[in-house]
Amino acid sequence: MKPAPFRYADPGTLEEAIAVLSSEGAGAKVLAGGQSLLPLLSMRLAAPTTLVDINRVPGLDTVEATGDGVTVGALVRHNALLHDAAAARVQPLLARATANVAHPAIRNRGTTVGSIAHADPSGEMTSVLALTDGHVTVATPSGVSTVEWRDFFVGPLETSVHGPAVVTSAFFPALPDRSGTAFAEVARRKGDYAVCGAGVVVTLDADRRVAAVRASYVSVGLTPEVHDLTDAVVGQPADSADWAAAGALARTLVDPDTDIHASADYRRLLVGVLTERTLVAAAAEALGGTE
Amino acid sequence: MTTKLFGEPVRRREDARLIVGKGRYLDDIGSNALAAAFVRSPHAHARVVDIDVDGALEVEGLVAIYTYEDLHGPMAEPLPVLIPHPQLHAPRTGYPLANGEVNHVGEPVVMVVATDRYVAEDVCDRIVVTYEELPVVVGVDAARSATHAVHAEIPDNVAARHHQETGDVEPALAASPHTLSFTQYIERSACMPMEGKGVHARWDDADSSLRVYSSTQASTSVRAAIAAKLELSLDKVEVIAPDVGGGFGVKINHPWPEELMVPLAAIALQAEVKWSEDRREHFISSAHERQQRQEITVGYDDDGRITALDVHIWHDNGAYTPYGIIVPIVTATQLVGPYVLPVYRVIVESVYTNTVIVTPYRGAGRPQGCYAMERTMDRIADALGLDRALVRERNLIRPDQFPYDHHLTFQDGRPVIYDSGDYPGLLDKLKALVGWSAAEELRAAAAERGKLLGVGMAMYVEGTGPGPYEGGHVQVLGSGKVLVSTGLTSQGQGHETVFAQIVASELGVPIEDIEVTTGDTRRFGYAVGTFASRAAVMSGNAIALAARGVREKALRIAADVLEVDPGDLEIDNGVVQVKGTPGASMPLRTVAVVSNPLRYAFDEAAKQATQFARPGSDDKPPVAVGDAPGLEHVDYYSPIRSTFASGAHAAIVEIDPATWEIDVVKYAVVHDCGNVVNPMIVEGQVHGGVAQGVGGALYERMVYDKDGQLQNASFMDFLMPYASEVPDIDIDHQQTPSPLNALGIKGAGEAGVIPGTAAIASAIEDAVGRRIASMPISPTELYDLMRNDDSELTAACARRSGTGAMA
Repeated sequence: MKPAPFRYADPGTLEEAIAVLSSEGAGAKVLAGGQSLLPLLSMRLAAPTTLVDINRVPGLDTVEATGDGVTVGALVRHNALLHDAAAARVQPLLARATANVAHPAIRNRGTTVGSIAHADPSGEMTSVLALTDGHVTVATPSGVSTVEWRDFFVGPLETSVHGPAVVTSAFFPALPDRSGTAFAEVARRKGDYAVCGAGVVVTLDADRRVAAVRASYVSVGLTPEVHDLTDAVVGQPADSADWAAAGALARTLVDPDTDIHASADYRRLLVGVLTERTLVAAAAEALGGTE
Repeated sequence: MTTKLFGEPVRRREDARLIVGKGRYLDDIGSNALAAAFVRSPHAHARVVDIDVDGALEVEGLVAIYTYEDLHGPMAEPLPVLIPHPQLHAPRTGYPLANGEVNHVGEPVVMVVATDRYVAEDVCDRIVVTYEELPVVVGVDAARSATHAVHAEIPDNVAARHHQETGDVEPALAASPHTLSFTQYIERSACMPMEGKGVHARWDDADSSLRVYSSTQASTSVRAAIAAKLELSLDKVEVIAPDVGGGFGVKINHPWPEELMVPLAAIALQAEVKWSEDRREHFISSAHERQQRQEITVGYDDDGRITALDVHIWHDNGAYTPYGIIVPIVTATQLVGPYVLPVYRVIVESVYTNTVIVTPYRGAGRPQGCYAMERTMDRIADALGLDRALVRERNLIRPDQFPYDHHLTFQDGRPVIYDSGDYPGLLDKLKALVGWSAAEELRAAAAERGKLLGVGMAMYVEGTGPGPYEGGHVQVLGSGKVLVSTGLTSQGQGHETVFAQIVASELGVPIEDIEVTTGDTRRFGYAVGTFASRAAVMSGNAIALAARGVREKALRIAADVLEVDPGDLEIDNGVVQVKGTPGASMPLRTVAVVSNPLRYAFDEAAKQATQFARPGSDDKPPVAVGDAPGLEHVDYYSPIRSTFASGAHAAIVEIDPATWEIDVVKYAVVHDCGNVVNPMIVEGQVHGGVAQGVGGALYERMVYDKDGQLQNASFMDFLMPYASEVPDIDIDHQQTPSPLNALGIKGAGEAGVIPGTAAIASAIEDAVGRRIASMPISPTELYDLMRNDDSELTAACARRSGTGAMA
């Protein structure tokens, strides 16, 4: 469990980081928190030629919450986001999901953006980026661009970003008006990767009836997906909507896999249960916000 | 400072050192040593066709590469079958490095020695081994069907057929008012100590001597094995177990290939060599335990009393049998528990599979035996519509039946004769502790919260403290320091504390003056090892006897100096004094000084013992015939047979009928290990055992695929319970002293883990009303069970409407 030899660089600026990535070629890998990358190295499941450690790069460690949404820099640790009150006000899903990311020791070191760039379908923050319809900002030798979540996640542990590039931030749009959110997971042990997780957003109309329901899941499917469950409950009063019907609809929309911890059928069951439970909570929150 | 510490909750003396990072574990030793790493088989069953090292030779830092061809003499022979047994008719062991065939993923094929572990692993990556794959056998059922053989010359895959019976079971079953039969399974888990195995070896060429540090549970026997395999004189080999970060059984098996290969390299290279096992290596090349298929037929009467029990078990022993059939024997003989079984027959077929070897893991076959017996009790109760506690109570051995002879032969070759116990007492305490009679109210209250609640219990008897012997050495120095040593090893149990408590109490010295050393062959050469809940019983009693020997000698010497009768003396707080006479005394350290007649006064204290300071009688030698200089004593404790501790556990589970998550909301333990040396340490042992019991019941499983690849060989996917998964544990003690040893103690190390699987299976079954016949069980499996129309409902479920029905 010792990594194969690799070169190490710790550039002091973003430009320098991009330059090093360019010169080192395809074998170079960006290191931020290292909570996924270093175990892969130690088990020799990955053998990058060069680690480009961006921890010295200035300006990447901030959380910016505005009326439009929350921008999370590439060096923001999960724990910082978890405790960022302004971010939680703008987009409550951030703290709710981050609380489910592993254990404090991992949250203290691991970064939210690193987790998204890692594109693990068992990651909470990939799912939240999708659910909030967010995007990432990518710096490359040819400049800075944004990539919508839909275009970013390509497959398990695979994104559309190739070549010399640093994902410098992720942007999570603000929660719409008259909306509520909830996030819940079933994990084998506290802090484990979820067997199944669910995040939902319920939006009401001016009459406190259900206008929109969106859900996204963790450890279900190969890449993050957002499912529109509005049809199951649209127009129903939020305090008595048939959330079970929304859960049932969700079960028909997902295509989970079997692994050693859970069968696909069990995951599908949990999609239904967690959808219903989170929708009840999210609707209550949305109602509270309209009072 | 008190010296009467036996039975007191003395805080663990070793903890400060261990907690602040001052422990000295294997990997803390020899920071400049060369590092060993191993190329291990990626296949579960294959012939080794070719080993090509050419691509590795240019790696800078490579020192040596070893394959089987480099082994000679005893090293080229198979590893020892440590515990031979007449019923182990087809034993097989591996070689230090694979000899032409590999039988499980992880078997060592090549050893690389390099300047550090990174380089050694780089070299391993470049060695190309060509294999010819062979058919793979995984799991007891595949081994039993014997479509393929693990070892070609053993076509039925059966290593041993262990058979014991106490009467003619078939007519007894035929004459029984009722019988029932069932089959159940229990899965593989493993010890998973925080620290894996590890070996450091250093050869002193001028002295022709070898020092080996090993993270082992049996340093004396590792020493003997190294001497035998490397053809060294025993006196030129010393083996030391430094601080060991947990063992739980896996480190009792020996010699591991690495324990021989690392010293071999150290000698050949004339250099320090070290190997520290990494976690993946531990998963795929150490040892697992627990998988069995159990076929049980029981006869019983209308009251639920057992009339006959017939058990046929298939036990997965993995690829090899280095530890003999200890686990099968323990299952077979401990299965009987606290119950009267008029006729009992057990057959355990120990079968080969292409998986990691199976050697004792805390409990060592007992959890499986307990699972068989206790689930039988639950089935009888269910069939008769009786309370599960009542059926158990009716079958218990009564307190007036001790010593109770089961007419079985235990793992130490001695009869299974229970020394003492009060099993009805355990059951009464357990029912009170867990609130057994209030179960229906709890169930109703949980139902209102939308949860399914169930209660379960399990009882066990645990043979502890098997021989053949352990020894103890106690020595008082002229400084007043008291040195205590024993040959068996410590892996965090608190031996430094409990052995010191025993000596403090026996000798009358402050515990602060006592230093305990374990597992160091330089200090004590004769020992068996730490396993089977034996350290307190065996070394505890040996050390007590040694302390008594020192005390007797001290009183004799002091009586001579003080010119009083030894019978009038006592030792209190490190001072020998005349009972009831202030002033007539001498410190024990002074007794130690004068116990050693001296010519030379090397320090101030020594003056007292020199030849002109204290002239003796002219007609007696300074050291009397039959006596020896120094205030020290060695003694041994060799028991006639094992002691039998006992206990009863109960679990209350709550299950979410939407997600089938299982939560253990209450866990109660009543525990009887005879006299208790340190109740805090005993409770700590119970807590750790219960944690492993919960792990074995709900979380842990070695997931092999059909090709023999371990799918979850890391802590990401092998789910040991965190603190967040272990319930609070309520403990009540009962103390039934053992009549077999001077301290009246029985072992406590393994007890906590034994009934976990049985009690939790019982509780889940009680909650859901479906038969639980395979453990561990996870939510996804419980979901499958609940939605399967063919899964068996319990009779209790049918009687209790509403529970167990699917939503």
